[in-house]
Amino acid sequence: MSSTLETAANPQILKRIAIDPLTRVEGHGKVTLLQDDNNNIKQARLHITEFRGFEKFIQGRPYWELPVLVQRLCGICPVSHHLAAAKATDMIVSASELTPTADKIRRLMHFGQTLQSHALHFFHLCSPDLLFGFDDDVRHRNIVGVIEDHPEIARQGVLLRKFGQEIIRITSGKRIHGTGAIPGGVNKSLSKSEVAYLQADVQQVIAWAQDAVQLVKKVFFEHYDYHQAFASIESNMMSLVRPDGAFELYDGGLRARDIRGNSIFDHVDYRQYEEYIRENVKNWSYMKFPFITSLGEEDGWYRVGPLARVNNCDFFGTELAEQERIQFMAIGNGLPVQSTLAFHWARLIELLHCTEAIAEILEDKDLRGKELVNKGELVCCGTGVIEAPRGTLFHHYEINDEGIVEKASLIVSTTNNNQAMNESIRKVSSQYLDGNELSEALLNQVEVAIRAYDPCLSCATHAMGKMPMEISLLDANNELIDRLEKNSSGQINRTL
Amino acid sequence: MSTEKTFRLDGRDIPFIEGDTVMDAALRAGEYIPHLCHNPEFPPHGSCRVCVVDVNGRHQCSCTLPADENMDVDNSSEAITDVRRSLLQMLFVEGNHTCPGCEKSGACQLQAVAYNTRMLNPHFTHFFPKRSIDASHPEIVFYYNRCILCGLCERVSRDIDKKSVFAITGRGINSKLEFNSLSGKLGDTELSADDKAASVCPVGAILPKYKGFEVPIGERLYDTKPISVVGDVAANHSAEDSVLGNADEYSSDE
Ligand code: SF4
Ligand code: FES
Repeated sequence: MSSTLETAANPQILKRIAIDPLTRVEGHGKVTLLQDDNNNIKQARLHITEFRGFEKFIQGRPYWELPVLVQRLCGICPVSHHLAAAKATDMIVSASELTPTADKIRRLMHFGQTLQSHALHFFHLCSPDLLFGFDDDVRHRNIVGVIEDHPEIARQGVLLRKFGQEIIRITSGKRIHGTGAIPGGVNKSLSKSEVAYLQADVQQVIAWAQDAVQLVKKVFFEHYDYHQAFASIESNMMSLVRPDGAFELYDGGLRARDIRGNSIFDHVDYRQYEEYIRENVKNWSYMKFPFITSLGEEDGWYRVGPLARVNNCDFFGTELAEQERIQFMAIGNGLPVQSTLAFHWARLIELLHCTEAIAEILEDKDLRGKELVNKGELVCCGTGVIEAPRGTLFHHYEINDEGIVEKASLIVSTTNNNQAMNESIRKVSSQYLDGNELSEALLNQVEVAIRAYDPCLSCATHAMGKMPMEISLLDANNELIDRLEKNSSGQINRTL
Repeated sequence: MSTEKTFRLDGRDIPFIEGDTVMDAALRAGEYIPHLCHNPEFPPHGSCRVCVVDVNGRHQCSCTLPADENMDVDNSSEAITDVRRSLLQMLFVEGNHTCPGCEKSGACQLQAVAYNTRMLNPHFTHFFPKRSIDASHPEIVFYYNRCILCGLCERVSRDIDKKSVFAITGRGINSKLEFNSLSGKLGDTELSADDKAASVCPVGAILPKYKGFEVPIGERLYDTKPISVVGDVAANHSAEDSVLGNADEYSSDE
């Protein structure tokens, strides 16, 4: 053996690489379709390679670190976890009410986060589908295509997102993984110049958000029947609402409505969520399946996120978003809007609301207040629930008398939508499956359906929308009949 | 004037007095030599080796090396920085130094010295040891993950506080910090929050309880200026960082 391989000349410039058995395989969207004896799709399974063990990872850590620690759970919406954990730790330190400054700083941070997340999702991941149609060449149907054909829209998307990120940076110290919220409050307020800096752009941002809503609406109405029918399923909807029924993202009571829009529960104190929601485990998925307890496993599944929130709220607290909500609800003819592609429309109404709400909150002098933290007795447990960009997010912690977390339970937004995503995939596949062969069109449509939910899978945002996917078809005897794979450059191969 | 003794450090004459170490004289002259286990308030220990310098062609530990007139000290060449960086990389992989989840981040001497040596990655394979947290003390929390065994708390508790709360036991890779109590728990030792030993830790191993991330990003010790300008963590310890007046909110003795 040559000794040059054993002793390198400059070891300090070499990187040592250990192949760790825990190294995760790149996330794929993996779908299995199961047929019955008559070759009808009886079940679709979206296998989510979600990183598990969050709860274990948090155990044994001090509660006062939680808001910062949990941001590591998810690189896609860290601010949501940051705020949900902060709310749970508020309860642990008995801060039943935050100071006006802390409350408003956190709300501002959350609006910024929702704005940037929605802008990213829409402009980078969905606008190619919507602008070019789902039948467009995959090589063109991506963000690069949007930049070439619609440079102004692409530019606005980037700037909208950047504005949201700037809010996060200013409220938490960094664009990602900052430290703003702490148990009982926040660690900083805003300076005069920081407020002025954000105010300088906010009117422009509102105008862009309005354009974005018009764009999504136009696309929806141009292909109205298609949009109404595509992957459309009838589901219950759950979200937080303000005590007066208004749209709410940061704090409120839980509201669930059935497919006809009738109340299942309303203004539920989220600390009691475990009485209203249970989780089911299925042997083929790592992700749990939550359901509304009173309706049972079969019928109790629901949707969360923009579609649920816009359907569920009685009104928006800001003018422009409220006008848009009224037009949106009109397509339901008195019933909740169930179209899965309407997620995009609802998402942009929310984006518009965020921009208006940001403009409003920036006028508030409390943002510059000095009272940052409120604390009382230390108690054993805390629950924090917020509306993350993708839907309702639950954090619950129990601590021991040394202040160390003994138990943590989380339900993330994507988990809440788990059953609904599977149902939507089943619907699309039934529509597009022809015989026993999977087609490129089918694969594309399944991808579009998954993306509408904006699931926080690493694969969903992979390479700016070039989601690697694998789709398999199994017959009634569980035999593999066909399989298609799409790699991240959009190339599709039959890998049977 | 002519009687003043000097040695050369990076081409500059550094005056020293009898009994000075190279570190003492350099720091007094405003020359920063990276160090972790050394705290100028206490006698040198010479254990971390991060203060390594090249003296007349030999690597020496500046915090323990008596200054001498014939010395030509290299404190800043790429070669000596490489050596320090490797030592730091070993420290980083030996423990679990996950800066993003650490309260001390931005005000940590280990992190600041790593920046000083332009360390950009851990280079070696992480050991990922399984280490816990001791939160049994009413006012102080101890993170085994972050201890770099610099021995400062041990020395200070023994020599200044006269309590000998801490001791490094074991040898080599099996060394670890232990607490002087029957249960082995920090909460059962005599450590008190106003002990000097409670505030000498250069990293985030000994921290006040119930407190985290209260100093916003941008206002932490090393956020705007490097350690060569700001100095050590312990030298910048202010009343505000004190564990006093914080934990009394929740300490559960009564
Ligand atoms: S706890 Fe801190 S001061 Fe004590 S040995 Fe470890 S690193 Fe040094
Ligand atoms: S500082 Fe000199 S050996 Fe640690």
